[in-house]
Amino acid sequence: MSAVSTPSAAAVDDRVAARSRSVRALRRPEIGALLGAVAVCVFFLIVASSFREVANVGTILYGAATIGIMAVPVALLMVGGEFDLSAGVAVTSAGLAAALLGWYFNFNVWVAVLLALLISLAIGWFNGTLLNRTGLPSFLVTLGTFFILQGVNLGMTRVVTGNVASKSISDMQGFESAQNVFAWEGSIGSVEIKAPIVYWLIITAVAAVVLLKTRFGNWIFAVGGDSDAARAVGVPVHGVRIVLYMFVGFCAWLSGMHLLFAFNTVQSGDGVGNEFIFIIAAVVGGCLLTGGYGSAIGASIGALIFSMTELGINYAGWNPDWFKTFLGAMLVLATLVNLWVKRKADAR
Amino acid sequence: MSRRTRRTTAVVMVALLAGGLAACSSTGGRKAVEDAERARNAGKATTPTMTVALVTHSGPGDTFWDIVRKGAQDAAAKDNIKLQYTADPDGPKQANLVQQAIDKKVDGIALTLAKPDAMKAVVGKAHAANIPVVALNGGLDSWKAMGVTAYFGQDEKIAGQQAGERMLKEGAKHPICVIHEQGNVGLEDRCAGVKQKIPATQLLYVNGKAPASMQTAITSKLQQDKAVDYVLTLGGPIALIAVQSKASAASKAKVVTFDTSDQLIAAIKTGTVQWAVDQQPYLQGYLAIDQLWLFKTNGNTVGGGQAVLTGPAFIDKTNVASVEKFAASGRR
Repeated sequence: MSAVSTPSAAAVDDRVAARSRSVRALRRPEIGALLGAVAVCVFFLIVASSFREVANVGTILYGAATIGIMAVPVALLMVGGEFDLSAGVAVTSAGLAAALLGWYFNFNVWVAVLLALLISLAIGWFNGTLLNRTGLPSFLVTLGTFFILQGVNLGMTRVVTGNVASKSISDMQGFESAQNVFAWEGSIGSVEIKAPIVYWLIITAVAAVVLLKTRFGNWIFAVGGDSDAARAVGVPVHGVRIVLYMFVGFCAWLSGMHLLFAFNTVQSGDGVGNEFIFIIAAVVGGCLLTGGYGSAIGASIGALIFSMTELGINYAGWNPDWFKTFLGAMLVLATLVNLWVKRKADAR
Repeated sequence: MSRRTRRTTAVVMVALLAGGLAACSSTGGRKAVEDAERARNAGKATTPTMTVALVTHSGPGDTFWDIVRKGAQDAAAKDNIKLQYTADPDGPKQANLVQQAIDKKVDGIALTLAKPDAMKAVVGKAHAANIPVVALNGGLDSWKAMGVTAYFGQDEKIAGQQAGERMLKEGAKHPICVIHEQGNVGLEDRCAGVKQKIPATQLLYVNGKAPASMQTAITSKLQQDKAVDYVLTLGGPIALIAVQSKASAASKAKVVTFDTSDQLIAAIKTGTVQWAVDQQPYLQGYLAIDQLWLFKTNGNTVGGGQAVLTGPAFIDKTNVASVEKFAASGRR
């Protein structure tokens, strides 16, 4: 827990001795993931000709962004020692909330978007509060929320629309301006840039700065490392957890709005299973499943590895029957590289 | 949360709601649809109330199965039937749901035989309990051998062949067939049918639960293989995603699909999607329930022991207008 306590003792012993720059760099949690990403990238650059085309970079980045926007808050949460299994369907819930409220009450689209934000934040607050009050493992609490949301997504959609997908709100006032915010598209040279890519980079940067440079970041590490010890030294453990869950809620809202305005409607059964992809991205990016260690940048690199692998297999034109097997093998390899680098650095 | 932040939150929410009421959209939304929806009163049978179970292999929130269910509900309302709908994509779990219907001593069971081996035993139990069983949508090869009264659906392989034939006629050389549920026999059959007509057809597996992931997967395929000239999806909502992939990849491929949804109908009208293979899911649900009523009240068998095919038919620009007005209520 070197990030928490900075000993002021003047006596120099080997635990606090200055380390060389390279060793310090190697000890960062995201370095293994970075090497993994380079390995995956080089591999597909060799085997898939379409992977080499600059114009296709936008597709890979978009795929990474839609995972990464959620992987970053999930990673922060994991550093804080908790899980969120409801993160996948929470994205769908946010999109549905905006689409259904707007459609049912004939709201201006922007009003619906803001109400959806309140609902998403409330889901995060609910997760955090339930966790704090009950003391149950977050795995159980958020598994409960996962099922509740899955049912509400389906049930509410049918109550409101009579169908299982939200009605299109593309003919309602405010849709176009909201689309310009959440689902704009542009290009840099021949590379197509979509809104989530920029949001992803901003969220990664903000999360990385908060985690590494602020007192709140230290609190997250402390809570994830040993919550009792953290409480003993005055860290507001409950508050930290609630903020982390609400950050997941906020990012779920952002992803949900993108899906709604990029695809016009939301299918009520969507999102199931994505929670694991977010967690996988965080773990590949160097987060420990036990908490107290990890990084935001790493989670984003994890998302990039996932996206490169997924699309690289398409670009290579391989037999799709084995798709999941390739994916699994690549992910395990990336994680192993990650682990190996960490051991090497720790041994020094 | 302290009392002050709590009060602030409450004030913000009230303000938002008040603002919301003032900031309404005067276009689109529920009002527009409700204005359009007519009252559906097809008369009602005076026969004694029956209870019928409809057990499908649908996953939650599937637009296709929602249309099947609507057909079943409409028939049930007309026939004075209490409809109990349950579904599970997992074969053994679906069989268990049928067992529960038998336990409840329902008057009839309509079910899908997408995984026939898993359903065989429980269909036998229904017969032993003297409960008539009809099959729909899946199980064309196995319903007769199981002693099921009637079958309503399409032959997925034939449907695939016809889609392939039409694409071939339109000049397709390198289509891709997008499968959104790995291992689903019906979906694999469709693509296999297409492949029989156009051997160069490539399969592409995508994650049907994540639209952004489907979008990038199809985009990457189109970027990788510029020769792809047709994208065939196996569900209405997926075709609409493929349209976006096509734009992202700057591909000239045509988008065609199996099965519809109300928004897909609009896409066919505007020409972004060429056509859809329609197996009339509403009819499958409706006829299955109606058949059980006819069998109970008059001993009739629709189809006279032969499968009743509800598709494939094509919806394209020439006939989309006749479908459009029914699609808004989610029945086409």
